[in-house]
Order: sequence, then C-alpha cells, then structure tokens
Amino acid sequence: MEAYIYDAVRSPRGKGKKDGALHDITPIDLTTQVLRGIRDRTGIDTADVDDVILGCVTPVGEQGADIARVAVLNADYAQTTAGVQINRFCASGLEAVNIAAAKVISGEADFAIGGGVESMSRIPMASDGGAWATDPAVAYHVYFAPQGIGADLIATKFGFSRNDVDAYAVESQRRAKIAWDEGRFARSVLPIRDVIGEVVLDHDEHMRPEADMQSLGSLKPSFQAMGEEMPGFDTVALLRYPEVERINHVHHAGNSSGIVDGAAAVLVGSKAMGEKYGLKPRARIRAMGSIGSEPMIMLTGPESIAQKLLKRAGMTKDDIDLWELNEAFASVILRYMQALDLDHKDVNINGGAIAMGHPLGATGAMVLGTALDELERSGKGTALINLCVGAGMGTGTIIERL
Amino acid sequence: MNKTIRFDVDSDGIATLMIDVPGQSMNVIGAQFLTDLSEAIDRLASEDAIKGAVIASGKSSGFMAGMDLKAMETMLLPPKGQALDMPTLFERVFVLNSILRRLETCGKPVACAIEGICVGGGFELALACHYRVVGDSAKTQLGLPEILIGLFPGGGGSQRFPRIAGVQTALMYMLQGKLFRPAEGAALKLIDAVVPSGSALDTAKAWVRDNPTANTQPWDRKDYRFPGGVGSMNPAFAQTFMGAVPMMLKQTQRNMHAPVALLSAVYEGAQLPMDRAIRIESKYFAKVLADPQARNMVRSLFVNKQAAERGARRPKDIAPAPTTKLAMLGAGMMGAGIATVAAQAGIEVMLLDRDMAAAEKGKAHASDVLSKRLGKGMTPEKMAETLSRITPVTDVADLAGCDFVIEAVFEDPAIKAEITHRVEAVLSADVIFGSNTSTLPITGLAKAWSKPDNFIGIHFFSPVEKMPLVEIILGKKTGAQAIAKALDFVAQIKKTPIVVNDSHGFYTSRCFITYVQEGTEMLAEGVNPALIENVGKQLGMPVGPLAVSDEVSIELGYKIMSAAKKELGDAYVASRADDVMEKMVVELGRLGRKNGKGFYDYPEGGQKSLWPGLADAFPHAALQPAPAHVRERLLYRQLVECARCYAEGVLTAPQDGDIGAIFGWGFAPYTGGPFSHMDTIGLAQVVETLDRLTRQYGDRFAPTAQMREMAEARTTFYAPDTATKAA
Repeated sequence: MEAYIYDAVRSPRGKGKKDGALHDITPIDLTTQVLRGIRDRTGIDTADVDDVILGCVTPVGEQGADIARVAVLNADYAQTTAGVQINRFCASGLEAVNIAAAKVISGEADFAIGGGVESMSRIPMASDGGAWATDPAVAYHVYFAPQGIGADLIATKFGFSRNDVDAYAVESQRRAKIAWDEGRFARSVLPIRDVIGEVVLDHDEHMRPEADMQSLGSLKPSFQAMGEEMPGFDTVALLRYPEVERINHVHHAGNSSGIVDGAAAVLVGSKAMGEKYGLKPRARIRAMGSIGSEPMIMLTGPESIAQKLLKRAGMTKDDIDLWELNEAFASVILRYMQALDLDHKDVNINGGAIAMGHPLGATGAMVLGTALDELERSGKGTALINLCVGAGMGTGTIIERL
Repeated sequence: MNKTIRFDVDSDGIATLMIDVPGQSMNVIGAQFLTDLSEAIDRLASEDAIKGAVIASGKSSGFMAGMDLKAMETMLLPPKGQALDMPTLFERVFVLNSILRRLETCGKPVACAIEGICVGGGFELALACHYRVVGDSAKTQLGLPEILIGLFPGGGGSQRFPRIAGVQTALMYMLQGKLFRPAEGAALKLIDAVVPSGSALDTAKAWVRDNPTANTQPWDRKDYRFPGGVGSMNPAFAQTFMGAVPMMLKQTQRNMHAPVALLSAVYEGAQLPMDRAIRIESKYFAKVLADPQARNMVRSLFVNKQAAERGARRPKDIAPAPTTKLAMLGAGMMGAGIATVAAQAGIEVMLLDRDMAAAEKGKAHASDVLSKRLGKGMTPEKMAETLSRITPVTDVADLAGCDFVIEAVFEDPAIKAEITHRVEAVLSADVIFGSNTSTLPITGLAKAWSKPDNFIGIHFFSPVEKMPLVEIILGKKTGAQAIAKALDFVAQIKKTPIVVNDSHGFYTSRCFITYVQEGTEMLAEGVNPALIENVGKQLGMPVGPLAVSDEVSIELGYKIMSAAKKELGDAYVASRADDVMEKMVVELGRLGRKNGKGFYDYPEGGQKSLWPGLADAFPHAALQPAPAHVRERLLYRQLVECARCYAEGVLTAPQDGDIGAIFGWGFAPYTGGPFSHMDTIGLAQVVETLDRLTRQYGDRFAPTAQMREMAEARTTFYAPDTATKAA
C-alpha cells in the first residue's frame, strides 16, 4: 500500500509575542480552524479519517491533555476519529505526517491527518521542563546545552562566519518576500478568524524583508552570555568538541528561526480513498524516517537522515529537485549544503523559518506544504523535506509530485 | 557512660549536651560520638523531666568540624581486600542521617550553641537543631566545605540547607564549599541569632526555656513552603539546575564525581519528604564514598597535607628551631615574595641586594601585596608593623644576627657561590643556609658553605604569596638540623612542605616540564593546538601546555635546551619539541607572553587566543588523534616521570609526590596526585599503557623496572593498610 498526500493547509504565522495577531487565538481554536479547513476544502466525510496525529512541543496548559483528540471533538469530526498528540521537538509536524502515512501504508487507516500546533506566545517554549535539561544527572550524562550553543558550534566547527550566517538570513527574507508577493503560498494558507468571524491574520507576520547586512550586523549574539559567562554552556560544548578553541557566537534573533504561533494539517490517504471522493492525489510519499545524531551539537541530524532516506528510496541526491530544510538557525542550512554539496538555488527556494517563523509543533507540516506548493508551481518532481531536531535527531520525508 | 558528650540537666529541666571528643583538638564525628549522640537523644525523648536541650562544645577550639576523616575509611568501608557491599555501606552511611533525623523529631526543642568553628558534619548537626545561635568572633567559621575534598554534605546538609535558604543559594555555597561568617549565616536564615562571643550557650538555654513547644522543624510543618519554590514544574527550580551543571563543569570539567552526586541529591531530595530525602542523600553519599576518587582526595588534600604541615617529615629529636631573623639574599621577584610572607609571619627580614634601589624595590613589592589586602583582614597599622620588619640592605655585614639564610639570587652557580662565601664570613657556617634554586643541584651548591650539612634547598613557587607549596631539597650531606630549621620556617609561614632528594630539577620542576614537552611534541606532530590545549585543561591541569610554555617563556625553554645540548653533546636526546622551540624563537621571533607573541596572541585588553599562524608553522596532520589519546599522553608522560623520581630515590614517600604535584604544579587534584592515581588504575594497567605509548612514541614513556616489579607483585605505592594514615 502507498500513501498519498491529498491536501495541506496551514494557518499564517503570527508573531509569538503579546502583540502578535494570533496571541488572542487559543491553540485549540487555531487547531480547530485548521482541521475544519482541511475537511471543508476536500469535502471528505470525517468518518473516513481514522486518526489525527498532531505535533506539539510544549504540551502543557491549554496545549496539554492530548490536544489532537480534543481538537477532533471541537472541530466536530466524527466521534470515531481518534487523535494523538506527539512530540519530536522541532520535527513534530513532519513526524505526524510520517506517522499518518505509516498508518495508511500499514492499512491501519484509510485517511489520516498529520499536522501540528504551537502557540508560542501563549505557552512559552520549554515551559514543560523535562529531565534532559533540568535533571542534573541526565544533563551531565548527555552533555546538555541549548540549541543555540549547538548552532554556534556548527558555525565555528565548519567555518561559517558571522557574515556567512547573516548573508543567509538576508537571502531567506528576500526569497520569502518574493514568494508572498507572487502568491506562492496562496493555496495553503488559511486565514484565521476571531470569535465574531473577522479575519485576524492572513499573512506571515514575522517577516522583515527590509533586513540587510547592516541591520543584522548591529544585533548582539543571543547565546554568547549563556555560553561564555553564566552559566557557561560553552564549557559543555568544548568538553565534547575539544578541537574547537572557543565558540564563535554568531546567531541572533535575525538569523535564527522566529518565535511564532501557528497550526497546520496534511491529509494523507490511500489510493482508494482518493477515488472514493474524486480527489486527485497531489503527491506520493517515497520515503520517510528519523535518525539520531550527536546530541550536544544537536543540529547535524538532517544530513544523516537525508542520506538514509535516499538510500531507502534507492535514489541519489541528483534525483531530488527541491531541498527543504527548516531554518532553525542559519548555520544548520549552511552546514547541510556543505555536507551534501547542494546548490543554494535548490534549497529553501521560498525562504523559511528565519523569515516566516517556526511554530515548533506545526513547522514540519508547514514546510511539507511549502515544498508541495513549489513542486506544483515549478513543475518539478521530487522534494526532500527535512528538519533538525532537539537532543540530536533528524526527521525527513521524500515526496514525489503526481 | 557517654565518652564524647557530657549530659547535664539543670533545675529548669533543660539538658546540656556538651560535646568534648577526647584525644582530639577539635570535635569530630567518629563512631563513639554517634553512639553517644544516639543515647543522648533517647534520654531526651524519653525523660519527661527534660523539657528541651542545648547542644554545645566543651572545647575552646570551636563547636565541631566534620567527620573524623582519618577514621572515616575504617568506620565506613570494609577492610582492604573485602568486597564493597553497597547496601551495607548505605546502612553505615545512613546512621548519621537517621540519628540527626531522630534529633529533630524527638519531640523536645533543641537549640545549638555555636562558638568558633562549625563546619561540615558539625554544621549539619546544627542544621538538625530547632534553633541555632552563634557567638560572634573572628574565629567563627560556618558552612559545608565537603566538596573541596571530594565529598559532599552527607549528614542531611544537602537537604536542610536548601530547605532553609532555597536551592539556588544552597547550591552556590555547597558546590564551592564556601564558608561564611555569622552575619552572613543569619542573612541566609541558617542562623537564628548572632550574639557576643561566649554568650551563645546562655542564649540557647533561654530560647529553650521560652519556647517549650518549638519542637518541630519548618519542613515538618503543614504550612511549610520551600523557599524559592521546588519541583520540576517550578521554573526557578528547573532553571537553577539547568544552570548548575555547566557552572559546575566550568570548575571541575568532567573529572569530579562528588559535585554531580550533590546536584542529584539536592534535585531529587528537595522533591521528597525529609524522611525519604535523607535516604536519597545517603545513597548518593555511599556511591561517592565507594569511589576511590573521594578517598584519594581526602588522603592527599586533607590527611597527608595536614600531616606534612604538622611536621610529618621533621626529624623528631631536634628541638624546635623557629626563625627569628631571616637573611634574604636577593630582592627580586622570589626574594621579595619570601620576605613578604616571612614578615607576615612575624619574622625580621634583612633583605639584601646589590644596590639599595633593588633592595627597596623588593620591599615595595611587600607593600603592594599587603595594600591589596587592606580591608580584607589587613589594617593600615598591621601593614605598617609588617613592613617595619623588612630592612633593605646592601652590605653583607648587616646580616649579622640572622639565624636562617635563604638565597634567591641569579641562577648561576658561580654567582651563588660567591654570595654564599661572603655570607658565611659574616654569619659562620653554623647557621642554616637555604637555596631557593629551582633546578641547580643542591649538593653542588652546598660546596660553597663550609658545613654542607647545614645547607639545604628550599624551593618556593611563584607568586610566593599565593602558592602553597615549598619543596625542601636535601643535598647529599644535608643534616637533620637543616631539615628541622627549613621545615620549622615553612610551618611559620603556613605553607605546605614536601621533602625530596637532590636531582636535576628536583621533583616538581622535572615532572612538570614533561607536561609542557609532551604538548609541544604533539604540536610538532601536527596535532591541532586547540585540541592539545583544551584537553590539557580538561585533564584537570590549570592551563594548557602551550599556554604554560608562553607563561614561562618559550625563549627560556629554548635557552635551557641549548645549554643542555652543549653540555651533554652526543648524549643529548633530541626531541621534536626542541625543533618547535627553535622555530618559534629563532625563526618566528615568538618568545612567549613576555613579548606578547608566543603560541598565543595577546591582544591588548582582549582575551588571548591561539596564534593563527601556528597552522602554517606546524601544519595539522590529516588524521587527528582522539581527545582521549591526547589526554592519555599528557597524563602518562607526567605519571612515568613521577614514578622515575620515586625509583631513583628523589622521592622517598608517595605522600610527597602527591602533595608536591597537586600544590606545586596543579596536577589534576581530583586524582589525589600521580601516585594515588597510579595505585587506583593499578600498576599492571599503568605499565601496559606505558609500554604501548613507548612503542608509539619512544623511551620517554618507558616504565621503570620498579613499576614492572610492582605490577608483577600487585603492590601499590601506598601501603594498603596505611592508606589514610599520616606519612
């Protein structure tokens, strides 16, 4: 059995702050609107949706208690549609799609929805605690340091300067602006409405197309103080990577992914389901999977999972037309392109999270949708979608346009 | 019945538990004390006539120090050769915790009257009381310093301190072993009242009399709130632990086990009721105790260090020979430093140099050092008094009346001999003469003093005011009088002595330099210098080997090497490190820190960083060694040199080797020193590793015949049953 992608929708991304447009939309409301959106667009009977898998990285408070099942009920899906919330950190949204696909492939589900939600303005990142960072025996054992330290370590170890990462960020903003100006996301973005039905946001709010080298150059590194002074995470990094004399802290708010609110959903199903509803599959899933990588540097998983997926699919890198890697930090993409010897013109063609933001639990499903839109726009065939993941992992999916 | 506690009840029904451990200058916790305290608590709990109790010390030296560290091993661990059984160890460790828990839940109010020192287990006892009052005096020191000797507070301290002061504050103090004064203790809420010195007992009694129902600890009350919050969902609590690990690693790299155990004991224990929290603490404490690291550290950093300071190596039958008037020859950096510490110890110093300007400059150094301490225990009066003891002189005749000589002139045998002769003409050869040479053999220098038995090496480390070690070197003819005089002087200036025999570079300089040489050797092989430097620090050395080379100057190393080449001719064993020094000095003009250019660059006002040109001068090899291998080379090169010193008789006791390494050149303190470390690894394993390194890198790693014999016979440097006894 094969798994087909029938549709992908996402909310626009609101600034993850108190003045963000989506700050007064609860995460359950955000998710409900996206689930209703994908149902209404495709016209399916939700009784055929066996399961809804939603990524959420901080599943506490109003994002807690299996938000997937609660959203299913709240969106008036069939009572028989199950729901499960998962957490693979930054790749949760893509992992949810992969699980949905796996359910279809295994015959467990006819239709399954994979997606995710994160209202970062309402539920602060990392507010769920966790043994990884806070149980001292564990943090010691696994060399815990925040992602930003790993990103700066990647830049230092693989030779990317502050100029390199800033230049990448400027280009991400430029590409995102072109994409929005040309309406390349129009098919996927579902405007979000408030309780009286007014549209509160219909575009990605975080973008700063005016950013240039000079404006980025004035920003202070975000991870220097926690690395070099208090509490001194660079020590942890050098214990794992003593070949680096000292870490060059190059990342800041302007060349790292933005903190935003958002939700997304992807409808995956069998061939028979498409035929039942007269839906033309938009893409086929060629390969999918996750991998673990060295957890201290944390963000080098994408190159490993890319290679693993190509091998699984019996493909080479030349068989991939479009590369999509979540822009967690500029150095992550620069290293990915360096490791796989990729041309920047084929990577993140429409910008990424540096410009548009990274709603942790939802991003994976969003970037899959972005890649799908771009394959259709450009007429290209294949895309490899990929995210770096906390605690040293990579999650990826290869799709083929139909 | 009670041998360590006197139990009296007054007419108000208030019991006084007066702690006076016989045979000890300071109260310590040993087996008898635990028995006695337990019995006292039974009485306190069961006799209705007793309304409450005060715990105090019967000693003028202070309230109580911690565990009896000399007895700790025999008290808690099985005899050598017997397997360590963790549940049994836990039960033994838990005894103290369960007694202190019974104390705080005995149903009667218990106050603690603290005068003088109250640290470690003594302070943990105080924390288990319902009220703590301290007599304020300059002698009073409070706190939990266990971490400094490889342990952590295991008598409930890791649980009660956070419950009183919050986890963040408690960790800050316990992770650094930081002691505090009474007022600070009160600000932390660890102390309930600070009263004039000598009145703590009366205040404590009055409190018990006035508070007959104050018999419950805050954490046993229903309305208790953990200060600053607790629990993994509490952001402040979670943040504290997230930050604590890297802060701890900054101090210890990944070398010490006790700080990690302490963090876990606090993290897990804080989230539990006290009865379960103390069990968690004891489990982690048992793990730390079962680990040779803590025992090695206790042995070297505490037991043997203290023994050395109390004259373990001093000839027993020589009458005390304190120095009253010191002839300090040479007012350079070392001479001025020695003059400063001597004057601080109340010794008159005649500070001699060639001209008055130089001699005065030496005294000015003392003034600088002392003025930096103004306000930190130093007063202008005390400073003036100290400085008045130093008299700059240029005429040898002014040395008349001095009863000890220390020479710290230029490192040239001829210059040293000349001044030695001149001093003898004034003082006679009956006076003891010490030379502060760092490398020149003492036996040779002693020829200039007509009574060579009165001649001795007394090697200080720079800066003298800060460095704790003095290496006493015995020439072939050095006699007992000279040893006693030198050791008594070291005791006067409150430093730690080791005693070694004569050899080129003696013990410390000879072994320490191998660390620098091996690092330089690796650079020559194309090992990435960042890797060399970081691994050196991660091994537990104060700085990387190339940084050391910069500090002492590459040029100096080059000069010493060139002189040795000339002196030894064909017998000189060339090394690739020589070529590195030559290239740096001759070709590149990078002499070290002193000219701002060495292996590092030293930007003005900025942080030093490795010179980028190193990559061209010494190209990186394509294949870089694993960090563990770099670490092994830097460590074993030092270990084998130390073992050679022992085999050759430069060292006569492993105690000197361990103390000298840790306090002389900062050798990885968590090991307890090179000899403790080799014993812990096992000689067979050490020899095997050295054989492998010899095959790879040459004879500088070759183990001694003695090491092979020890490996064969399965013996250790320290005799097994004297492990914690004084040298």
